Amino acid sequence: MTQTETAPQSQATSHSSHPTAWKWYDYFTFNVDHKVIGIQYLVTSFVFYLIGGLMAVAMRAELYTPDSDLLDPNLYNAFLTNHGTIMIFFWVVPAAIGGFGNYLIPLMIGARDMAFPKLNAIAFWLVPPAGALLLGSFFFGGAQSGWTSYPPLSLITANTAQSMWILSIILVGTSSILGSVNFIITIFKMRVPSMRWDQMPLFCWAILATSILALFSTPVLAAGLTLLLFDINFGTSFFRPDAGGNVVVYQHLFWFYSHPAVYLMILPIFGIMSEVVPVHARKPIFGYKAIAYSSLAICIVGLFVWVHHMFTSGTPPWMRMFFTISTLIVAVPTGVKIFSWVATLWQGKIRYTSAMLFAIGLLGMFVLGGLSGVTLGTAPFDIHVHDTYYIVAHFHYVLFGGSVFGLYAGMYHWFPKITGRMYNETWGKVHFVLTFIGANLTFLPMHSLGLQGMPRRVAMYDPQFTAINQLCTFGAILLGFSVVPFAVNLIWSWMYGPKVGDNPWDALTLEWTTSSPPEIENWEVLPVLTHGPYAYGMNGRNGKGLNPSAPTSGEPAVEAK
Amino acid sequence: MENEKVPTTIITLTAGVVITLVSLWVGQNHGLMPEQASEQAPLVDDFFDVMMTIGTALFLVVEGAIVIAMIRFRRREGDDTDAEPIIGNLPLEAFWTAIPAIIVIGLGIYSVEVYRDMGGFEPAHHLVAKADTPAHIASMPGSAIAAPLVADAEGMESDEAAASKGAKYGFGAAPQREGQAADLVVNVTGLQFAWIFNYADSGVVAGELHVPVGKDVQLNLSAQDVIHSFWVPQFRLKQDAIPGQPTELRFVATKPGTYPVVCAELCGGYHGAMRTQLIVHTQEEYEAWFEEHQIAQQQNPNQTVAVNPADLSESEFLEPYTTKLGVDEKTLTQLHSMHES
Repeated sequence: MTQTETAPQSQATSHSSHPTAWKWYDYFTFNVDHKVIGIQYLVTSFVFYLIGGLMAVAMRAELYTPDSDLLDPNLYNAFLTNHGTIMIFFWVVPAAIGGFGNYLIPLMIGARDMAFPKLNAIAFWLVPPAGALLLGSFFFGGAQSGWTSYPPLSLITANTAQSMWILSIILVGTSSILGSVNFIITIFKMRVPSMRWDQMPLFCWAILATSILALFSTPVLAAGLTLLLFDINFGTSFFRPDAGGNVVVYQHLFWFYSHPAVYLMILPIFGIMSEVVPVHARKPIFGYKAIAYSSLAICIVGLFVWVHHMFTSGTPPWMRMFFTISTLIVAVPTGVKIFSWVATLWQGKIRYTSAMLFAIGLLGMFVLGGLSGVTLGTAPFDIHVHDTYYIVAHFHYVLFGGSVFGLYAGMYHWFPKITGRMYNETWGKVHFVLTFIGANLTFLPMHSLGLQGMPRRVAMYDPQFTAINQLCTFGAILLGFSVVPFAVNLIWSWMYGPKVGDNPWDALTLEWTTSSPPEIENWEVLPVLTHGPYAYGMNGRNGKGLNPSAPTSGEPAVEAK
Repeated sequence: MENEKVPTTIITLTAGVVITLVSLWVGQNHGLMPEQASEQAPLVDDFFDVMMTIGTALFLVVEGAIVIAMIRFRRREGDDTDAEPIIGNLPLEAFWTAIPAIIVIGLGIYSVEVYRDMGGFEPAHHLVAKADTPAHIASMPGSAIAAPLVADAEGMESDEAAASKGAKYGFGAAPQREGQAADLVVNVTGLQFAWIFNYADSGVVAGELHVPVGKDVQLNLSAQDVIHSFWVPQFRLKQDAIPGQPTELRFVATKPGTYPVVCAELCGGYHGAMRTQLIVHTQEEYEAWFEEHQIAQQQNPNQTVAVNPADLSESEFLEPYTTKLGVDEKTLTQLHSMHES
């Protein structure tokens, strides 16, 4: 991973007359700087996370008793629809890809900005109106047919709200497509000349794979939803069974995007993991190439697994079997990543920062989510647990234990870079402990609920499941409270936290070579790569701080025997 | 990476044996599944047990490695240096790519086997006839609740017609019964928020499903308004009832008892209340039940006492109809509140 040092190439910036820092109101404007846009994405998505989280707590409160006694059943369905939609389209995807992607990609590859800065800003500014449209749908009863919005249910309930929901998703989908184009061009064209493909940080590989996937799959969702919009409002009958339409076609169109959407939510997080783990374990990432290629493998195989969501639907037998096999195969590249991170920890010198705790917490929870995912990939077993709480348990282990833990890890890890200040570690650890206990308490018992016979998306259930549901509700309340130390810590530290230097973690990727927070256009003089992104313990480094002018004739990397 | 390799030390060997034993025990004794009441259930459960065994072993190995690494390789006080750089190990990486690959391919093959034994491949034989299957009538928006209740008989007939033409998704006969007609055929209609069971040959209509134990039962599933999903957890079987797309579910109940029928696909506000029962009788009990219902529902003019409908209260007038349709008071209350909201 080491590279011979090249002669410094001075590229003096021609923008020295620019201000060096943003004012607070810049974050509320049509700003084209990738860092401002990244923060805009992060803050907006975090607000949506809180809204979506409150909906979840309300639903869990409803499920404290078997009867539908707290929320009206239609409101409950509106909550569950919008909880899912918000968490996917307005929290994880915009935070991971829009937030971290925008903030970090140019910094990590040594670029001054994204390839198309205005397009980038347009992509972000599609999100707030989309969110407003979604939340506004509550004034019209709220879309009630689940985040999947299967017709005919979506055709016959709350038409105005459903249409607003569709338009909202099409808007964020458009934003996602614009962002993807931008990321792909930026990564291909704007790396510093000294950075080879195999020296690119793994987060960039992950965002590249994610963007390719989004570009292939999002238009299909947009097409499906547009047809649904026409069915609802203009009397067409693409999915109307009473007029020759086919409801199963919608499911194919929907899942062709929405299965890959889970990779859109987890691939960038895999990228975050690959950055956080080596820095805090003080070891090079184990199996760089395997991790990079497995991202691409997941991206490709991930496009051919969507029918596993339809095993109990109108799916011919051969398809059930083909998609069983393809789904199971996704486990292999995912497993490779997990093993590589564990091997990175192995023989490391692990620093238990809040970022690292969340990264290890993610590992622990994702293993269980991955294993239950394998069981779900097999048609015969999936048929029993499809649309039950087993599914809810599985995808929350993957999406909360995976994506949300990863976002937390990323936020703690890059907080000093973004703000120039350090967060409070003690409160970070309190946040981790509450989150880890809360998440497991909420989602672990759900496996049993689903296996025993409780379907998902119900406001009322069989009284025999009461005790386990109450346990889940306690967990959810704890999980709700766990956000408080996080939010308070970060907001307080952003304003008053102790100032830190440019590189408090002594990390090696390029974003740590500029000031914290980075100046406008990122560097006075563009950096030159003198080592790989994960050269910990190599080239005579001993962890006493990055010194770009250090001799590079140190020991070669050690291959494990 | 000595601990990741094939066990060479006593400790790793012991750990391997312990993990194997624990995994085998968990695989057999997890007690997570409800009781088994169909021929398909043991097939699914055996498969699940195998996955639990493998899953427990992988879980213990990976989580164990994480926990050991967390303790053994934590930073010591005052040590600010980097660890020894280890950037890869091809044999090890090949090993941990190959092992999961072999496991998932093995599970894939096993799942095809289970799926075939469950009868999953049988409906495929009818696939050719799909093109000329008439889509049956689903209700229009706005009439979703009221219309199906009135129109269900018609709907079920069109189902039957579709079924006879044969385009089916779902589960057919088990391989040993392939090509044989089922012992009992019931047309099942899902509507917001009830199931209606129509015993096609005899005209018996019920709100609960009664079947004899040990008989090959075929359900022809259809939906009147939105997608519903017919699930009996104790049978490990589930199949969506899709408007415009007849599906099939065939099973043999193995144990008399009463089991819940759950709708698993979100079908509206009262989706959670769309529950009924499947009662598995012994043959004699079933015949008694069947006879009773056939008599009760027979239109025999000699036994009918003429009454002036105007003299009856609304509930007295509606009572026989609700019995026939299997709509109970709870469902009606919910339907009313749906209409009002």
